[in-house]
Amino acid sequence: MNKEMNEPMTSLAIEPERYELTAAAPYHFDLDRREFFKFLGAGMLVISVLKTSAATQESGAARQWRGDSLPKEIDAWLHIGENGKVTVYTGKVEVGQNIRTSLTQAVAEELHVQISSIELVMGDTQLTPFDMGTFGSRTTPTMNLQLRKVASAARDALIGLAAAQWKSDPQRLVASDGEVRDPQTKRSVEYAALIKGQQLTQTLPVEDPLAPASSWTVAGRSTPKIDGRDFVTGKHRYPSDQTQPDMLYGKILRPASFGATLVSLDTQKAAQPGVTVVHDGDFVGVAAATTELANSAIAAMHAEWKSEPQPASKELFDYLRKNTVEGKDPTGDGDHYQVGTVDQAMTAADHRLRQTYTVSYIAHVPLEPRAALAKWDGDNLTVWTGTQRPFGVRGQLAEAFRIPEDHIRVLMPDTGSAYGGKHTGETAIEAARLARAAKRPVKVVWTREEEFTWAYFRPAGVIDVESGVRGDGTLTAWEFHNYNSGSAGIRTYYDVPNQRIAFHATRSPLRQGSYRALAATANHFARESHMDELAHTLKMDPFEFRLKNLKEERLRAVFQAAAKQFGWGKNKSAGQGFGMGGGYEKLGYIATFAEVNVDKSGDVKVVRVVSAFDCGAVVNPDNLRNQIEGSNIQGLGGALFEAIQFQDGRILNAKLSAYRVPRFSDAPTLETVLLDRKDVPSVGAGECPMVGLAPAIANAIFDATGQRLRSLPLVPNGLKTS
Amino acid sequence: MANIHLAINAKSYTVDVSPETSLLTVLREHLDLTGSKYGCGEGQCGACTVLIDGKAQRSCITRVGTVAQREITTIDGLANGEHLHPLQEAFLEVGALQCGYCTSGMIMSAAALLRKNPSPQRTEIIDFMDGNVCRCGTYLRIVEAIQKAAQSSGRSNLAKGAAR
Repeated sequence: MNKEMNEPMTSLAIEPERYELTAAAPYHFDLDRREFFKFLGAGMLVISVLKTSAATQESGAARQWRGDSLPKEIDAWLHIGENGKVTVYTGKVEVGQNIRTSLTQAVAEELHVQISSIELVMGDTQLTPFDMGTFGSRTTPTMNLQLRKVASAARDALIGLAAAQWKSDPQRLVASDGEVRDPQTKRSVEYAALIKGQQLTQTLPVEDPLAPASSWTVAGRSTPKIDGRDFVTGKHRYPSDQTQPDMLYGKILRPASFGATLVSLDTQKAAQPGVTVVHDGDFVGVAAATTELANSAIAAMHAEWKSEPQPASKELFDYLRKNTVEGKDPTGDGDHYQVGTVDQAMTAADHRLRQTYTVSYIAHVPLEPRAALAKWDGDNLTVWTGTQRPFGVRGQLAEAFRIPEDHIRVLMPDTGSAYGGKHTGETAIEAARLARAAKRPVKVVWTREEEFTWAYFRPAGVIDVESGVRGDGTLTAWEFHNYNSGSAGIRTYYDVPNQRIAFHATRSPLRQGSYRALAATANHFARESHMDELAHTLKMDPFEFRLKNLKEERLRAVFQAAAKQFGWGKNKSAGQGFGMGGGYEKLGYIATFAEVNVDKSGDVKVVRVVSAFDCGAVVNPDNLRNQIEGSNIQGLGGALFEAIQFQDGRILNAKLSAYRVPRFSDAPTLETVLLDRKDVPSVGAGECPMVGLAPAIANAIFDATGQRLRSLPLVPNGLKTS
Repeated sequence: MANIHLAINAKSYTVDVSPETSLLTVLREHLDLTGSKYGCGEGQCGACTVLIDGKAQRSCITRVGTVAQREITTIDGLANGEHLHPLQEAFLEVGALQCGYCTSGMIMSAAALLRKNPSPQRTEIIDFMDGNVCRCGTYLRIVEAIQKAAQSSGRSNLAKGAAR
């Protein structure tokens, strides 16, 4: 047994740039109603598991953040019905990363049942165990492992039942394809028959060895998306597709600018028949039988707002540098790391290089905007909403309406993507507030403009890097300061004896929060660009320079694999450029090589991208490739042209015709090399593959043109040829 | 408000709405045909794409009054009963989706393309599909799925001796 397989490498450090998780409540309502209802639970055979402390950190009932140790608890995880149907309960949610499929595979593998007999109930606060949220590439290293343990425990319990029935040695019995068999007597019994008429609740300590990756038969193979048919036929109901009888459509009156306060409001003209108008504190909204009627009611309101002066995107980077709030990091002290004697090493270095890199605010642009449908039944509230944190949203609802959490059920239908952007519950609260006033179910679906304006952005940032290197290419000193963008991926994996690395929280002109890969994108962009600049300073090959300063074996391996696939060192033609970037993030290792073509007009086209990725034992190769490809395509936007423009507390490009996202014609050829490490635990893949792309492109543009671009996005208006 | 007669997926509907109402709103709110998605409201993302007389059109910027009595096909009616359209089969086979929210619009746009051009070149696919956004970034898979569907339709048409 590989010990590592049973020990998830999970620490619960929450990165500072997840600002939305610690933000103040979006609305405060004047309400005070409390009556207590209990939802009913059901279950025929429940196999519970005494979770390990690591597992409890991820799924424990406590609402503590910042890595406090959470109480151990016992929870229901897997249910086998008398008909043999397996129902698995997890608080994780599906937003396109395809964990409904990969988690089902994991259960099928351990329980030895067909995939088609398993159903996953995900992200339903009434039915699933508490889960803090689906983010940070944590599902595969934690939930996948937990469900494996639960399923293998269930399998052993079933074998135990068969052994008791047959009075035989359980060691001799095997489980396969939904049955327990005795190879000696050739007897077999279906799981369903074993548990028929029983109500068994088992609490099992997790001590069973798991199937090692090398013997996987279901996991480790490409499995098509579960329920894929519902998605290609339009049958699947996303949160914005949900309906309820007598449902109304809600609209919110948005402030004229960020932070504006309402001076006066006249809703007389909005109060048409069939329109419910709500004005409660800062919240103004309507509910009506159609979206059109709701829109016209909002348009008929007369509101006066008082706005405060606010910085504009033009002065953003100066603003961030000048507005540090040391010690005010919302999640603690940020990341301050120091080793060796940096100042002395800088002085002693043969070459020193100091550069500044910047990244803009960008928007997630989930194709499905935030949506929620809320329904009150007395003082009980049910909300269907697209969120990566159903339990977090439940907490926000409880706070907003001052009702106990057990009066609230949040359900999360598989959602039209999120990318870190759907951690908060504004839409749920808005729909619930309107529904309470209208005494009917209300659905709120944000418009694209609302999604662009009233969600949160990936933080902008300024990064100062200074380095010292010996003439032979040995890195000796490294100083790295990140202002505002975040601390994910801030540490260097290169071998430098003297380092000073710090994240500096600053005031942010815009609301900001988690975005796929967090600040790892910005930090890798700065670091890997800087490494390239150093290599050119030294007139060394950037690949050799990296390897010379890199000891981490798994990272070396991905760089080497990508270089080989890419054909690093080959000749290039005019306008062509090659570059690389890579690193370590969320327990995965990535190297990305890019080929760009820059034409005479300065138009930059990314032609080819090669990614080599190591995320341990691969669970679903085709889905993994899909995730890596998607990371590269989405990453292309932030690398090349995505940026939020703002002024006077308003977003200037809050629509798709003004905010460019990658399209078909932007997609380069993508080649993916998977280093399937069956000897190490599987980790997530939704984020890490993204972080090497931006520096690879920037370095390739330099290779093609000699122009060093140090700001993301790199070429929002093409390359300015001087 | 006016009674507007619509022919959607070979069924007749009458809705009492302003002719200025967007077709997408009518489909989703009035007829509960939720396969067509809202993504941008300005015809920029293609998630709401439907066929009007066989041509791809963005239903979010199509006034319902302009499509009365015309033949409207949405993703909800693309499959022939249990028998999936070759594009739907191909999207599943290739795994050309992640969250799937763009998928209906992608398939409807591609259906219009294949009607017009049963065996499009790769560059023709990219040109035609460029108005459809997949934020999860599955573009290359979608191109592959469209090529695959074109091939399989071509084969089945040959087998049937179908003439166009």
